[in-house]
Amino acid sequence: MFTFIARRLGLLIPTFFGITLLTFSLIRLIPGDPVEVMMGERRVDPEMHAQALERLGLNKPLYEQYLNYIGDLAQGNLGESLRTRESVWHEFLTLFPATLELSLAALLFAGTLGLLAGVIAALKRGSLFDHGVMGISLAGYSMPIFWWGLLLIMFFSVWLGWTPVSGRIDLLYDIEPVTGFMLIDTLLSDEEGAFLDAVRHLILPAIVLGTIPLAVIARMTRSAMLEVLREDYVRTARAKGLSPTRVIFVHGLRNALIPVLTVFGLQVGALLAGAVLTETIFSWPGIGKWLIESIGARDYPVVQNGILLIACLVILVNFVVDILYGLANPRIRHQR
Amino acid sequence: MTTETAIAAVDPSTLYPSPLKEFWQHFARNKGAVAGLLFMLLIVFCALFAPWVAPHDPSEQFRDYLLTPPSWLEGGQLQFLLGTDELGRDLLSRLIHGSRLSLMIGLASVLMSLIPGIFLGLVGGFFPRFIGPAIMRVMDVMLALPSLLLAVAIVAILGPGLINTVIAIAVVSLPSYVRLTRAAVMGELNRDYVTAARLAGAGLFRLMFVTVLPNCMAPLIVQATLSFSSAILDAAALGFLGLGVQPPTPEWGTMLASARDYIERAWWVVSLPGLTILLSVLAINLMGDGLRDALDPKLKNAV
Repeated sequence: MFTFIARRLGLLIPTFFGITLLTFSLIRLIPGDPVEVMMGERRVDPEMHAQALERLGLNKPLYEQYLNYIGDLAQGNLGESLRTRESVWHEFLTLFPATLELSLAALLFAGTLGLLAGVIAALKRGSLFDHGVMGISLAGYSMPIFWWGLLLIMFFSVWLGWTPVSGRIDLLYDIEPVTGFMLIDTLLSDEEGAFLDAVRHLILPAIVLGTIPLAVIARMTRSAMLEVLREDYVRTARAKGLSPTRVIFVHGLRNALIPVLTVFGLQVGALLAGAVLTETIFSWPGIGKWLIESIGARDYPVVQNGILLIACLVILVNFVVDILYGLANPRIRHQR
Repeated sequence: MTTETAIAAVDPSTLYPSPLKEFWQHFARNKGAVAGLLFMLLIVFCALFAPWVAPHDPSEQFRDYLLTPPSWLEGGQLQFLLGTDELGRDLLSRLIHGSRLSLMIGLASVLMSLIPGIFLGLVGGFFPRFIGPAIMRVMDVMLALPSLLLAVAIVAILGPGLINTVIAIAVVSLPSYVRLTRAAVMGELNRDYVTAARLAGAGLFRLMFVTVLPNCMAPLIVQATLSFSSAILDAAALGFLGLGVQPPTPEWGTMLASARDYIERAWWVVSLPGLTILLSVLAINLMGDGLRDALDPKLKNAV
């Protein structure tokens, strides 16, 4: 097991340096003069121009710039935002819980509903329910989620008035950010009704963000389940008189879960990309919205290291999924 | 005696149908795929003949008819079949002209990633010692970022616009072609026919492009279809974020970005562009499923 983890970790290192190379070149590949682009004006005063180059370290040879960049990263220095003058790392930490809360809610929604729908569809193969699940999941898979979000807002918020249009909590409430998770913070605070308000704010974004993972998980569960139900050990379990529920959930689903888990892990990257869109639609104050706004404001340090942080996050999650997969499936662990 | 004559009378071509015909028979059995194909033909027709099909100029502003509802609703005008947007432009005409952009972005980005992708994959497969792993590491880096985020990063460098959208999407879909091609090539390289071609003195380029590549095409065709649909989706997402094609160009995603402000008053401005995107992407995905089943039965249960 140890060599397995070590080998996977070894594979991460070149990927990490590749990503730093990408984010490093990001700021240097901007067509035109980077200082002019960042200041948003032409013909900057030459002295200020030289100062800005100096400050950004852009006046040194490229390899030295890259080494400096890596050195800064190693010291945990991710630069500061041009707009707010706050450190990028600090901004990321304040905004990340919002994205995490949204993503977890979306995964919970997609996971429970997707597993359930997939298992039932597999058991009733060829039925109307099966065709319905497959059809809906194909539509979900093709869904432009930014439009789906607008549609849900139009229906539930504007027409029915059930849920708020945007944000994480009503402005009436003054919630102290203890953990950064609105659901927990509202419970900790003594404001009445704040928790329910936070839940109402969370529902639509979570559904929107969870739609594509839901489609993928339902499809994957169904096909994995169909595969497993054909296995000999399921027949044996049935023959020795186990109850159908036990056969389905203990013998069937447990083995079908292995491929589903992998897909679950692969969805994390897609989830973060979806978060960019979902947060923009719902004005959800997370890292996706932060990134898009920074691009709009030409806040390059934030764009550069924000992308680096998100990429590291995706790599990390995929690594953890890899390890879990190795734990669940010895065949993977021992393969060379 | 009778059976013998019957066999003699059978036309040999019916016994061994041409690959194209066999493919079509498989494809046509899948009703969803055929429906998808028909819808795509409609979109392609609209795109090709947009100026003649569309009732109005997509950028002409009818100032007296701002936010007119679709014709079947109260207050609708027959000349604006699907209603008008906030500047009085005919929605149907804009959607029809938008199909040109979406198809063009899809086609251009698929070609721009397919060709270098196949080449890199072939090189990676034929040189498994050093160049292959090096290429794959670079592709791993690109895969580490979610596709939309990588596209956003590229657009952040290059600036928004049609050409840059195409470039960003092409770069994003490159790794999957490289991986697929390389995997297929490595599977084929040990086959006897490749050895035979080598012994017969085939050069490297002949081996790559004439001997091996045609046998790796099935998964690539399927992938090209699927990445065509995700190209349309990503382009629309970029447009929606304000990073893609810029208004007033009638791109589907860009149209949605400006429609957000009218969510309370004009549902048609919000729903119709998105519905068009959904249906097009769905149609292509259905077609892709049909293609996969027909071309590559091994992949049938893969997601």
